[in-house]
Amino acid sequence: MQEIIQYLFSGITTGAIYAVIAVGLSMLYSSTELINFAHGEFVMVGAMAMVTFWVHLAWPLPLAILAAMALGCTLGLLFERFAIRTAKASNPIVLVIITVGASIFLRGTGMLAWGKDPFSVPSFSSHESIEILGAALLPQSIWIVLGAIGLAGGIHFFLKKTLTGKAMVACAVNQKAAWLSGIPSERMAVLAFAISTGCGAIAGIFIAPITMSSYDMGTILGLKGFCAAMIGGLGSLWGAFAGGILLGVLESLGAGLISSGLKDAIAFILLLLILYIRPGGLFAAKEAKRF
Amino acid sequence: MIMKRISMAIAVLVMALLAADGLYAASVYKIGGIFSSTGRASFLGDPEQKTMEMMIEKINAAGGIDGVKLEAVIYDSEGDPAKAVSAVNKLLHKDKVLAIIGPSTTPTTLAIVNFVERAQVPLISCAAGVKITSPVKPWVFKTAQSDLLAVAAVYQHMKARGIKKIGVLTVSNSFGESGKHQLLNQAKDFGLEVVQADSFGAKDTDMTAQLTKIKAAGPDAIVCWGTNPGPAVVAKNVKQLKIDLPLYQSHGVASPKFIELAGDAANGIILPTGKILVTGLLDGSDPQRAILEDYQKDYNAMYNANVSGFGGYAYDAVNLLAGALKGSGGDKNKIRDALESTQGHMGTTGEFNFSAQDHNGLSPKAFVMVEIQNGTWKLIK
Amino acid sequence: MSDKLSARSRARIENSIFLAAVILLGLVTENTYYLQIMTFIGINTLLALGLNMLMGYAGQVSLGHAAFYGIGAYATAILSGTYALSPWLALICAVGGAVLVAFIVGLPTLRLSGYYLGMGTLGFGMIVNILFREWSSVTGGASGFVGIPVLEAGPMVFMSGKSYFFLVWAVVLAAILICRRILRSRMGRALRAIHDGENAALAVGVNTHYLKLKVFMFAAALGAVAGFLYAHFVLFISPESFGFMVSVKMVTMVVIGGMASIWGALLGAGLLTLLPEVLHGFAEYEMIVFGLVLMLVMIFMPQGLTRGFLDIYHASRKKRQ
Repeated sequence: MQEIIQYLFSGITTGAIYAVIAVGLSMLYSSTELINFAHGEFVMVGAMAMVTFWVHLAWPLPLAILAAMALGCTLGLLFERFAIRTAKASNPIVLVIITVGASIFLRGTGMLAWGKDPFSVPSFSSHESIEILGAALLPQSIWIVLGAIGLAGGIHFFLKKTLTGKAMVACAVNQKAAWLSGIPSERMAVLAFAISTGCGAIAGIFIAPITMSSYDMGTILGLKGFCAAMIGGLGSLWGAFAGGILLGVLESLGAGLISSGLKDAIAFILLLLILYIRPGGLFAAKEAKRF
Repeated sequence: MIMKRISMAIAVLVMALLAADGLYAASVYKIGGIFSSTGRASFLGDPEQKTMEMMIEKINAAGGIDGVKLEAVIYDSEGDPAKAVSAVNKLLHKDKVLAIIGPSTTPTTLAIVNFVERAQVPLISCAAGVKITSPVKPWVFKTAQSDLLAVAAVYQHMKARGIKKIGVLTVSNSFGESGKHQLLNQAKDFGLEVVQADSFGAKDTDMTAQLTKIKAAGPDAIVCWGTNPGPAVVAKNVKQLKIDLPLYQSHGVASPKFIELAGDAANGIILPTGKILVTGLLDGSDPQRAILEDYQKDYNAMYNANVSGFGGYAYDAVNLLAGALKGSGGDKNKIRDALESTQGHMGTTGEFNFSAQDHNGLSPKAFVMVEIQNGTWKLIK
Repeated sequence: MSDKLSARSRARIENSIFLAAVILLGLVTENTYYLQIMTFIGINTLLALGLNMLMGYAGQVSLGHAAFYGIGAYATAILSGTYALSPWLALICAVGGAVLVAFIVGLPTLRLSGYYLGMGTLGFGMIVNILFREWSSVTGGASGFVGIPVLEAGPMVFMSGKSYFFLVWAVVLAAILICRRILRSRMGRALRAIHDGENAALAVGVNTHYLKLKVFMFAAALGAVAGFLYAHFVLFISPESFGFMVSVKMVTMVVIGGMASIWGALLGAGLLTLLPEVLHGFAEYEMIVFGLVLMLVMIFMPQGLTRGFLDIYHASRKKRQ
């Protein structure tokens, strides 16, 4: 029993990481209908920026977090302006390949900027883990879960309650109609990108203390985030959140109860089964039909 | 449709460009190098490449070998077997090298073994896997200690401490898999029982699930077999879960980087390492000490960085090759024979005694056990 | 001028030029390194051809196609390496196995669409790759499989650069002919109908799901053949050669070469195999340059290189007139 609780805690910690990443991806999809395969690299940028700003330059924590976020947003902005918008491709798969190119480019830049070695970042708060029913819960896990809920909630509020957010959703639903009704759709796309990559950077900021950061950490995280977003249902923020937690818990339970070598396979088999039963993901708002 | 043919013509042209051959004769000894200088295993390949470049420069500054200068041609495998194959073919057939040093990892080495055997060019690998030199292949040698010896050193220490039951946690790549194989196979020889064996992915962010499972099986100690950064996460997780058991790590993390990554959680960890990590702690009479200090001094002067055991593999490989090149006149058969008959060569990793049956040539004495205390290494005698 | 030729004779001319080019290159090139690169281009072209049928014509994106490549390689490695079966028999088993897996997996997966299909195939690819790694008693695990025999047919030994070069490119030529035949057939017309509008195709009575499944199985078979050729060429395989990044690379080959174009597959495979070789000189900057090239090509030639070059050609012709 004690073990099961520990597996759940471990799963929620990892799952929350996936969730934060998935929320950023899902947010971009709900406003531009694009999946950014370079999203994991923005997570890397966030984590590595924390290494530079907080650990090496010893800036105060809030300032370091803000700077890392700003870096993520700026890079996303530049990426949208110079790569995505210039492309004007009709086929979304072309845009996807551009993001793949961007991910390789960012990884290469990260390697030059920070070197090939991994780095470690201290925890935001005290090191001691909290004991609940004989299982240990890391303080940083609580930070991550709170961060994920905060992010999903904040973006949900932004898209549903603010004028800019609603305008952004309108662009995704029908860009021409949105443009006709006076929404500057290009500016909306830039904004969506900056927010989404900023979310990626935030994910990196929260993850850095839990694990080790290196220039090549992003790929697998981006992939898991993509899976989480798909399971939850594209475009649904809370779905992405739930998908992330579900993926983390499945992996952890799979490792604990069946086999740690096969944990990813177990998680993926279950995820595929979910997809077969609910082809649009758990919380699909609408069926995604592009490509 | 003429356009289609044009695009096809371009495709053909690209291939024709490739066919242009650039061959030139040179009065140097060309030595190839394949290292995973970038990618997952860059912590191995990067110092190896730097060491090789440094050594070649040093040998040339001293007048080369038999008056002939050396030239290094180095390619990056990125730790990818397909890229290593591509690199080895370039070395064998385009650069026409006399011998090859590297690759850095076991799969990349195994991927190119067939090609060097076929081309009959000596290869000195810097990878740890037992499979590389067992069974012995005529043209393939290696300088890294086999994990076989590392596991023996760890188990020897456990036996002395009276440990009976162990939990094993390995990374799911070739290094961890080979280590796991050795850990499971040799346990009985030392009266140990493996009560739980688990693995983690090289890029996993959290290993608490595996550690919880191992803890529940009730071992006396935990062995973690992996390369950075995973084992540092394991060390942190062990502390966070308040698991009060001795933690052993492998020589895969024997570098100052590990202590930096694991922080406080590194204290009390025991691991096997080549002597390079503890040069300053060795007896003055230790025959390896002078070589290690030399290497450290040169490397520091050139790259302003600390040496690691991994770079040492390349250091030994270059020196062994230089020894074999002497008097060979650039004949690959002679180089191979000279390598195979090398005896008593003192290197950074240990004393090499090659023979027709042993192309690794190291003894268990190549390892010492160290404990991490207050962020630094302490030699266990 | 070329419009006077029928599609069939045009295809015949194209094929002949291609055949002549292959023979010429094979005879002229003496350097094993260049032969080896061209052999890899051939293997990658097979992968791209199969995926191109699936993506370019049937409009289905697969992010897990490396799984079939791996199944082909591992099947022949295990059957001919461990069980000493003739590699040619192993080839039949490998292709049969891949097609069967494609059928079982494709049945539910191809009901998904868009990004969900991407996710489904991605998950499948990951699962297969984990099996390659974890089933170590059979596959050799993460350290890889050693001991794959060299291909032989009677007195012929396919080992040196040249013989393997011709073997691979003969298979590529055969694959191109098969692809053309499929595209000319009723099935090809139905495929194009799906690509232009799935609902419309359904309405006129095309069994789209069945058709997609057939193309998926065909692409899997080509992938398995490529895997077979890769395994007996390198004589060593390990799971990382068939991972997610390899799947992404295949998709990139198809898109960058130009979807729905047979020569596009060749061009894409050629570029993505050659580029890393050429970029070796950039050392630390290799990744940056590679990423940039990928982005720039896609930004300025969204239809792929084949169409991109054609547009440039047309523009220059217009100018001249």
